[in-house]
Amino acid sequence: MRLRLVLGAVGFAMAAFGALRFLQLGLAKAFDAVIWLAAGVAVHDGVVAPLTIALTVVAVRFVPMAARSRVVVALVVVATVTVSAVPVLGRWGARPDNPTLLPRHYGLGWLAFLAVVVLVTLLSVPVGRALRGRRSRVSPSGR
Amino acid sequence: MRLPASPARPTEAAFTSPLRHPALTARVGTWLGVCFALAFVTGLLSHWHYLSGAPLSPPTRPVWGYRVTQGVHVIAGTAAVPLLLVKLWSVYPKLFAAAPSGRIRPLLLHLAERASIAVLVAAATFQLATGLSNAAQWYPWSFSFRATHYAVAWLAIGALVVHIAVKLPIIRASYAEPLPEPDEPHAGPSRRTVLRAALLSSGVAILSVAGNTVPLLRHVSVFAVRTGEGPQGLPVNRSAQAAGVLQSAADPGFRLTLVHGIRQVVLTRSDLEAMRQRTHVLPIACVEGWSASGEWTGVRLSELLARVGAPASADVRLTSLQEHGAFGTTTLPASFAHDSLTLVALRLNGDDLTLDHGFPCRLVAPNRPGVFQTKWLTRIEVLA
Repeated sequence: MRLRLVLGAVGFAMAAFGALRFLQLGLAKAFDAVIWLAAGVAVHDGVVAPLTIALTVVAVRFVPMAARSRVVVALVVVATVTVSAVPVLGRWGARPDNPTLLPRHYGLGWLAFLAVVVLVTLLSVPVGRALRGRRSRVSPSGR
Repeated sequence: MRLPASPARPTEAAFTSPLRHPALTARVGTWLGVCFALAFVTGLLSHWHYLSGAPLSPPTRPVWGYRVTQGVHVIAGTAAVPLLLVKLWSVYPKLFAAAPSGRIRPLLLHLAERASIAVLVAAATFQLATGLSNAAQWYPWSFSFRATHYAVAWLAIGALVVHIAVKLPIIRASYAEPLPEPDEPHAGPSRRTVLRAALLSSGVAILSVAGNTVPLLRHVSVFAVRTGEGPQGLPVNRSAQAAGVLQSAADPGFRLTLVHGIRQVVLTRSDLEAMRQRTHVLPIACVEGWSASGEWTGVRLSELLARVGAPASADVRLTSLQEHGAFGTTTLPASFAHDSLTLVALRLNGDDLTLDHGFPCRLVAPNRPGVFQTKWLTRIEVLA
């Protein structure tokens, strides 16, 4: 309990310091930042999470049980890594005077990433089967 | 998964997936905590580099220090995105938990916890969103990135520590309980499947950007903001055009002025070329997490400073020709100014600097963020 109280107090002090620095940004800028802070929560809780549930409902209906684990892993990889790449996929920061900034064809890169995920997911079926087969030959009980 | 019975007002119990469980949340949360801790510590280091007039300046060695810490900073932030999304997914039903009714104390505690979670989620998503946007030099907001990212970093890490303090009993209980392997190969996803998916996604996210700074991954990292390539084998951060120096930097009348009190030395580029030339391999490492090495040739800054009798303890003010953008005038701490590796560079990878790399001359110092490697250097002033 003492550890929890100390941790809580330290955390509160760190957050309070952050809040103080935040207020020093000036009213207009702090207000803009508050909108961005709130937007993160609103976009996740109001859009991302419900969409994930809707996608799950659809996937459960159409994906057979035997394939679900693989599909879940593939979808999590594709969706979350794509979210992390939004700023480069949009290339909104690109500047005509600097070709070394955001120099890749990010759309093609995303397609390559998608292709690798699909390929690995498909290959995991025979590879997994072979591994299980070998394991059950080594120990007939399976363990 | 079953849809909530009453779509208008879902309740916590309406979420029936057995995959959402504290045993999974605690494990994903641990990795997420590691990413945030790494990003926080390396972020503080970067902030220290950016502080001017700090009583203690950062060390000049190792020369690749900032390259590694800032690379880790951006990689840790990118790796946190999948972990944060999976973690939020695993606790989403808690958003619909009913407030305790009747007594005041439980209600107040409930509201306090809600508020702390709101701060944590807001600050965490804000840090990742603004950090990744900054790496891609995309600024769709009016606030200053650096000051705001720094303030919210403390908010995020403080709220995270409070969160760990509140949840410690649940975290302990979760780790006491093993996360079982799925019994049957065809039984569908287990909690372990989701944990592995989260960690795998995090690893893929790392690979997708680490080529910003790791040369071996340059061709693997399809979402890197830089390829490590550019004119003279090095990327450019601010171009000569963006800095507004296309005329002034190309002007044959260019002079580099050294000032120490009333002593003043004015040099042309030919004067600099006539001095003893040194060649060092030093990285350009930017706050956006990308870095690349170059072979720089030029005059030791300390030998220039000796011409105006600068004491070894004196900081130095550097002024660029640049007319647009921040960091046109910066202070170089004495330890960097008098370091034997710090150059006023004239050449890069065997050729004269191009305009975009800072022609006629630029600063290159060990273990310094890229914005302080002043290009189009026109004035060096010894601060008494």
